[in-house]
Amino acid sequence: MDIHEYQAKELLSGYGVKIAEGGLAYSPEDAVQRARELGGHIWAVKAQIHSGARGKAGGIKLCKTHDSVEAAAENLLGKRLITHQTGPQGKVCNRLYIEAGADIAKEMYLCFLVDRSTERIVMVGSAQGGMEIEELAENQADAIKKIYIEPAVGLLDYQAREMAFALGLDSETLSHAVKTIRGCYRALRELDANMLEINPLVLTGSGELLALDAKMSFDENALFRQQKIAELRDKTQEEPRETAAADRGLSYVGLDGDIGCMINGAGLAMATMDMIKLAGGEPANFLDVGGGASAERTEKAFRLVLADKNVKAMLVNIFAGINRCDWIAEGVVQAVKKIDLRVPLIVRLSGTHVEEGQRIIKNSGLPIITAETLAEAAEKAVAARNHVVAQQG
Amino acid sequence: MAIFINETTRIIVQGITGKIGSFHAQDMINYGSNVVGGVTPGKGGQTHLGRPVFNTVKEAVRQVGAEASIVFVPPAFAADSIMEAADAGIHYCVAITDGIPTQDMMGVKNFLRRFPIGERMILTGPNCAGTISPGRAMLGIMPGHIYRRGTVGIVGRSGTLGYEAADQLKRLGIGVSTSVGIGGDPINGSSHRDIFEHFEQDPETEVVLMIGEIGGPQEVEAGQFAKAHMSKPVAAYIAGLTAPEGRRMGHAGAIISSAGESAAEKVALLQDLGVAICPTPADMGSTVARLLARLSGR
Repeated sequence: MDIHEYQAKELLSGYGVKIAEGGLAYSPEDAVQRARELGGHIWAVKAQIHSGARGKAGGIKLCKTHDSVEAAAENLLGKRLITHQTGPQGKVCNRLYIEAGADIAKEMYLCFLVDRSTERIVMVGSAQGGMEIEELAENQADAIKKIYIEPAVGLLDYQAREMAFALGLDSETLSHAVKTIRGCYRALRELDANMLEINPLVLTGSGELLALDAKMSFDENALFRQQKIAELRDKTQEEPRETAAADRGLSYVGLDGDIGCMINGAGLAMATMDMIKLAGGEPANFLDVGGGASAERTEKAFRLVLADKNVKAMLVNIFAGINRCDWIAEGVVQAVKKIDLRVPLIVRLSGTHVEEGQRIIKNSGLPIITAETLAEAAEKAVAARNHVVAQQG
Repeated sequence: MAIFINETTRIIVQGITGKIGSFHAQDMINYGSNVVGGVTPGKGGQTHLGRPVFNTVKEAVRQVGAEASIVFVPPAFAADSIMEAADAGIHYCVAITDGIPTQDMMGVKNFLRRFPIGERMILTGPNCAGTISPGRAMLGIMPGHIYRRGTVGIVGRSGTLGYEAADQLKRLGIGVSTSVGIGGDPINGSSHRDIFEHFEQDPETEVVLMIGEIGGPQEVEAGQFAKAHMSKPVAAYIAGLTAPEGRRMGHAGAIISSAGESAAEKVALLQDLGVAICPTPADMGSTVARLLARLSGR
């Protein structure tokens, strides 16, 4: 789960990380008010969306007058910002963070994340901040310092010092740097974050270390014990259908294609989507209905997939293990009778009691296309989709 | 023998009195697995499914000689149960639980490393379907009847996609020595590579099928191991060709977050390492059949 920059900064400041002064604004008037309260004569107006690379997308504006703060706020609020992390649909900006301009002497990069290879937290830093780390990794891999943290003892002071020196900081800022680095690590561990990135971390003209941006992402499996973090969720930053699915206990990811999918199990779902692509089609979604796949759940899943108006054919692929194909077939038949199905439906069942399941589908009198194998199911779905498109065109 | 479990392995179920634990414990008993008891703290002394229930794993080890365990404990307490099993001297543990926090799993892995190899419990999962040696023992939640006994070792992240593979093999008359689910979480007990090591040592396994997916480095690490240390041929399928970058596809670990983690990249790397790639998920059976035919033709 991602949170906004201002939320991450608020959390981090509770762990001894210094941040530039700022305030939240929901309207241009708010924005000007915040700028007045902050004082000074330069402010950053920052769009709060769940994505990095906001600067390049025009989401961060430096303003020198209250009028320009107001204009920037008017321009950003309600706007969809598109970055390489948001996908083509972009993310809507409903909140702004107005921050006092900082006197930047040096920009650095600092990040903590779970490294799957070593199964440890790795701390990544570079004396060259501001740039995106992917760019840096490609162009100047040796400018990046990585330090792995042993979980039993946690981050040690010498490791924090090593990182501070790698960031190019000198002995004058050393103790402040160690405090900042240790604070970040503590926040990551105590709040069950997967990732914490400060880019840039800046050294000001007066020798202060400030987190000028902050990004945090949390382990959804740990939210049960992180109530305060769970409350920071901003549903406006999520795809509405994905939110609706999550609220119903279904795992759904919307994609650009037009063949809707309903499958049990994440791996089989991905494989079925691959099969659709290899048969010449494009999947409209990922959807794992889980092991249960009761009639009620099946109906919910159908409604969710068909809410996507792009869908021109729907493929159901269920491998019944502990479950039984005849029960699933009953569920599918009931769901189809309840909803207004206007696209061809292809059903492939396999596993326990498969013959009974197929018989129920065939005897239902519904126009359901059945398939025996994975390949056949995908080919029939693509053919049905092409037929619909040809008729429409 | 098959790897990890056989018909004589003494199995306990951690969380045996819960609804899910109870259901699958009965299913394992029906399959013929040697379930000798269960553990539910506070319910020690009771009998459940005709088996004794213990308060602690240590008691189960002492009293019924438990060697393997399966964990159905809810996510908040599962890491603790796994470590309890390791400390009690369980040799092999399958964690079924889905939703264990990543940092808890980091702790579990760190805890396991304290034990010298040889005394260290082997953990597979969490968030997996378990392990089955067809015709001998099932330590999991899979439908046992779809597996035929044979010489193919399967290791995979996904449950139902693993069933699909077993089903394709069965239709071709091919059987399985052991199928091991390593689970869909970012940090798991054993990697594909760890399981490869066991299959390479297993005299009954002739060919290994790896069913991987997007995210993480484990498929490629296994491919590197196979090239350097394995005499047995390896086939692989990597799910998630259509998965967009940065989106989690169901499994907590199925997310492309850095270079080399997409399906296409993994396939290319594995191909270079000499692994036989299943061109589509419908070709898992036929790809393995080809490797087996090549072996018998030798």
